[in-house]
Amino acid sequence: MSIAIQTGLHAPVARSRKIKNSAATVFVTGCFLLAMIPLVWLTWTVVSKGLHAITHASWWTGDQRGISYRDGGGGMLHAFVGTVEQVAVSTLLSVPLAIFVAIYLVEYGRGRLARATSFMVDILSGLPSIVAALFVYAVFVTTFGGQRAGILVSLALVMLMVPIVVRTTEEMLKLVPDELREAAYALGVPKWRTILRVVLPTAFTGIVTGIVLGIARIAGETAPLLILVGYSRNLNSNLLSGYQGSLPGMIYDQVTNLGNTTGLDANGHRVQLHYAADRMWGTALTLIVIVMALNLIARLLARASKLSR
Amino acid sequence: MSPADEPRVLAPRPSAGSSAFQENGARVLAPRPTAGASDSVAELTELDSQPVHLTEVAAPPKPIGAGLGGVHQRHRLGDRVFAGLATGAGILTIILIALIGLFLLAKAWPSIRDNQVNFLISRAWTVTGNELRFGVVDLLYTTVIASLVAMALAVPVAVGIALFITQYAPRSLAKLVGYLVDLLAAIPSIIFGIWGIYVLAPHLTGVQHLLYHVRFIPLFKDKGFDTGTVFNAALVLAIMILPIVTAVSRDVFERTPTERVEAAWALGATRWEMIRLAVLPHGRAGVVSGAMLGLGRALGETIAVTLILSTVGQGNAFSWSIFNGGATFASKIANAAAEFNNPKQTGAYIAAGLVLFVLTFLVNAAARTIVSRDKLK
Repeated sequence: MSIAIQTGLHAPVARSRKIKNSAATVFVTGCFLLAMIPLVWLTWTVVSKGLHAITHASWWTGDQRGISYRDGGGGMLHAFVGTVEQVAVSTLLSVPLAIFVAIYLVEYGRGRLARATSFMVDILSGLPSIVAALFVYAVFVTTFGGQRAGILVSLALVMLMVPIVVRTTEEMLKLVPDELREAAYALGVPKWRTILRVVLPTAFTGIVTGIVLGIARIAGETAPLLILVGYSRNLNSNLLSGYQGSLPGMIYDQVTNLGNTTGLDANGHRVQLHYAADRMWGTALTLIVIVMALNLIARLLARASKLSR
Repeated sequence: MSPADEPRVLAPRPSAGSSAFQENGARVLAPRPTAGASDSVAELTELDSQPVHLTEVAAPPKPIGAGLGGVHQRHRLGDRVFAGLATGAGILTIILIALIGLFLLAKAWPSIRDNQVNFLISRAWTVTGNELRFGVVDLLYTTVIASLVAMALAVPVAVGIALFITQYAPRSLAKLVGYLVDLLAAIPSIIFGIWGIYVLAPHLTGVQHLLYHVRFIPLFKDKGFDTGTVFNAALVLAIMILPIVTAVSRDVFERTPTERVEAAWALGATRWEMIRLAVLPHGRAGVVSGAMLGLGRALGETIAVTLILSTVGQGNAFSWSIFNGGATFASKIANAAAEFNNPKQTGAYIAAGLVLFVLTFLVNAAARTIVSRDKLK
């Protein structure tokens, strides 16, 4: 018998099995390399084409007032202000709501209502941004006769951000050891204070990670902008009225002018124009830098978190 | 220990610390919890859901009497308010989804009623002027075929990456790979859009011409456009949904039971045979639901598709080919966003949005059902 086992162990693996195994290794590694192609290609494109625009000083300080596709210069301040305002309001609205939903799911929810809530959070996380925007439009513009404004974008973004924050917060709350809760209860601390003073502080860093990821996700959303606020080249810091610039909106605005590649210079000569394209890639680079920075922050926070998987 | 004894065991602790816990006793004591109570953990977990009880049973020991009474009532009110807020937030999400469906239906209905053609089987889309003629067939086909092709392209690659991360790469490399794939998810979709149409698409024209040689397959039948085709859109969608399919697959592969893996190794399996025997059978349901989630994202993706797809006029013969332009639900709505002028016209687009909502709802619900059924096993 021992011989049988020995031959079993030492018999050379059949050639075809060996080949299959190597083929699988090559395939699996190839998949990874394949996925890296678009990442590297896209990043390289945006950086190389966008660097030119954003290295002008006026990029960070000016807006696009009175600047058409025939003119260079100007900046993205109007778009930056719009995006920051819309995202900030939407974060302020989303975070408390999302944290309460997560608390409900982890600390209180039992039975059918909890299952239904969890199901709806999943549905919400798969909700297309254009549907969220149409819904806000149907409620506030069609039904209540409102005008397009930045605040409506914030409301649509809330629907996209809430599920992200709920899911990460939920994960974090589940990681808080039950012993902590039990200890607090044993001391006679009521449940709500236990959650506020023990559970949430323990999960704090993880929750912030989720919030930052949520911000990164909604900062680049474009569909709600098209439907709910349009785009303005002027600096408009009023969320409550008027068209408003935004970084994705600015990219889209350049796209509509990309076809205009020739124009007349000061002497009346027909020349090739590249201003819209420059601005488009410049804005894309600005947006990508912001989003990547947010992701990096989230990653560092996650590493600092007390609760790690 | 009988349950009747148990409160008495616990009672001294809250009263002993009653002055401290008012301030921050909970936090000071929390990290080292179970020293005294470790043998009554079972009972404690039972009490979890109603901590008020705990104070109630703790109260009877005489010395503390009146003082705790006030605390107790305040706790009860606080607990009620807090539980109410949390439950309310949960219910709000349910109501929100219901409201989305209701409002879209309410605003779409007048337009659907005035529609001169059947909404579900017409290919027309004329919403300006007096007569409304709009149907979803073309939109549905373009949306579904672009998303299905995207899913077909993304899933094998995603499974490959997930296997690479969980079964092949050393730990440190696996972490880096996971991070890089996640970066792909962080890129805003409008940037995928401009890259897809201005940089990637021109390089794909050759591939399209090559595939045109097998035009007996209806998908590759027409020459249509060189760039801005459904094929371009599907490829970019595939890249965009790659991270989510990878993440879900990775999750299930990581949870393959160790004994199955070891059993395969013990049989003398090669790495690939181990994967086929242990990892893939275990992860099948997870991969399917990841694919569904990816499909759901692809169906609703708006701006990248809007930028990539060339719009085509009406009246062309229907074609199965993915080398044509066209419009998905989302891109049709996005392209018209600036012209939402009168309620009737807008209603037609809201009707398209409603169909998209129902479609993504069903796909996401299916993905979730598959996952939860898998978890029960």
